[in-house]
Amino acid sequence: MKNDESYEEFIKGVWRDNPVFVQVLGMCPMLAVTNSAVNAIAMGMATLFVLVGSSFLVSSFRNWIPKQVRISCFIIIIATFVTIADYTLLALVPKVHKELGAFIPLIVANCLILGRQEAFASRYPTRLAVMDALGMASGFMLALFSLGAVREILGDGALFGVKLFGENFEPWVIMILPPGGFLTLGVILLFFNWFKYKKDEFLEEVAAAERSGN
Amino acid sequence: MTDDAPKVAASPNSMRLVLTLAIAGLISGIAIIGIYESTLPTITANKARELREAVFKVLPGVSQMQALVYREGELVVVEGPDKDEPVVYGGYDEQSEFVGYAMPAAGPGFQDTIGILYGYKPGEKIVVGMEVLESRETPGLGDKIYKDPVFVGGFSALSVEPEIVAVKKGTQSQPNEIDAITGATISSKAVVRIINETHEEWSGQLPAPGSEPPFVRTEPQDAEAGQ
Repeated sequence: MKNDESYEEFIKGVWRDNPVFVQVLGMCPMLAVTNSAVNAIAMGMATLFVLVGSSFLVSSFRNWIPKQVRISCFIIIIATFVTIADYTLLALVPKVHKELGAFIPLIVANCLILGRQEAFASRYPTRLAVMDALGMASGFMLALFSLGAVREILGDGALFGVKLFGENFEPWVIMILPPGGFLTLGVILLFFNWFKYKKDEFLEEVAAAERSGN
Repeated sequence: MTDDAPKVAASPNSMRLVLTLAIAGLISGIAIIGIYESTLPTITANKARELREAVFKVLPGVSQMQALVYREGELVVVEGPDKDEPVVYGGYDEQSEFVGYAMPAAGPGFQDTIGILYGYKPGEKIVVGMEVLESRETPGLGDKIYKDPVFVGGFSALSVEPEIVAVKKGTQSQPNEIDAITGATISSKAVVRIINETHEEWSGQLPAPGSEPPFVRTEPQDAEAGQ
C-alpha cells in the first residue's frame, strides 16, 4: 500500500502531470538549453538535484517554518542547492558548465521547483515529497531530453555529438536556433493534447457502451 | 523558548519569523562557503591547465611558458599577474629559446563575448594558431569558429601585415587572408577583428624581435623528470 502511494507520486510527475507537457512549467530552460541532448540531460540532472534536495529539506522542516515566511525560506533553500550545483558542475565538468552558462543560476527562478515546494513538499511527509520531486524532475528531464534530441537530430544531424547521417545531410539549422525550440515544443504539446483528447473520448465510449450493455 | 518551537502557533510573533529566516540564511551561507572553498582548488587548477594546454596548442613546438606583462615601458616576467592587467604568455622550447607569444584576446561576437588565445611569432609577423577559450556563439553555426578544423587551421601561418582579412569562402589568395565560414560570417569576422585589435594594442609594447625576455626558471619543471 505504502509503496503504491510512492509509486503513484513518482509516475504522476513523469507522465500524467508532466511539468512541461501538461503543466507547461519551466519553459525558460526548456526552450533555452535544449539545442543538444547533452545540454538537456545536464540541465535535467542539475534540476533534479535541486528539486529533490529542496523538497527533502522543505518537507523535513515543514512544521518549523512559519507560514508567513515560507516562500522566503523555500527560496533560500533552493538558492543554496543551486549554488552547490553551479560550483560542482564548474569544478567537475567545466565544458558543460560553459555551455549551460547563465541557465544554471536561473534554476532558482524555475517556477516548477518553487511550485512543488508550495503545492506538495510543504504539506506532505518527507518520503512522499522526495518521490514527488523525483517524479517531477524525471518528467522534466524526459521533456528536456525529447526536445533536445529532436532538435539536435534535425538541426545538427547528430545525437550526443555522434553524426547519424552521411555527409550529404543538410542540417535544418533553424531547429537548433531559438525558433526551433518553439516549433518542436508546439508539435510535442499538440501531440500530448491530441493524445489526451483521444483518451478521454475512448473512456467516454467505454462508459457509454457499459451503460447500454447493462 | 525552544520547547514551543515545533508547534505552529496561529500567528507567531515577529521574533520567530526573523529568527527562522536568520537561521536559514546562516545555514545557507555556511553551506555556500563550504562548497566554494572545496571546489575552488579544482576550478583554479582546471583553468590553469586549460590555459597551459591552449598556449601549447597555439604555439607549436613550445614546451615551457611564462606570463609577461607590460610595466614601465618593457615586458617583464611575472609569477602571477594582477587582476585586470593585460598579460601575454611567452612560449619557449626545450632549450628555453623564445618561440612566440600566446596572446589572450576578447571582443564582442554574435551573441556574447568571444575569448580567444592566439599564437604570434613576432619575427615573421605571423599568427601561428588560434584557440577559442570562451564563446556563446550559435550552436551549429557560430560555434564552427572552434569546431571547423578548416577555419581553425587557417590560422596556422597567417600574416598580420597590414591586417588579417576574412574573405568569402574559397577566395583566400593573400597570406593575410582567411576564408570566412559560410553561415557564420559574423562570428568568423569577429575572431579576425579581435585578433587585429589585440595586435594593434600590443604592437607598440612588444620588444623588437630577438630581444624578448629570456625564460626565467622559477620552479623545478616536473615535465623534465620524465624526459
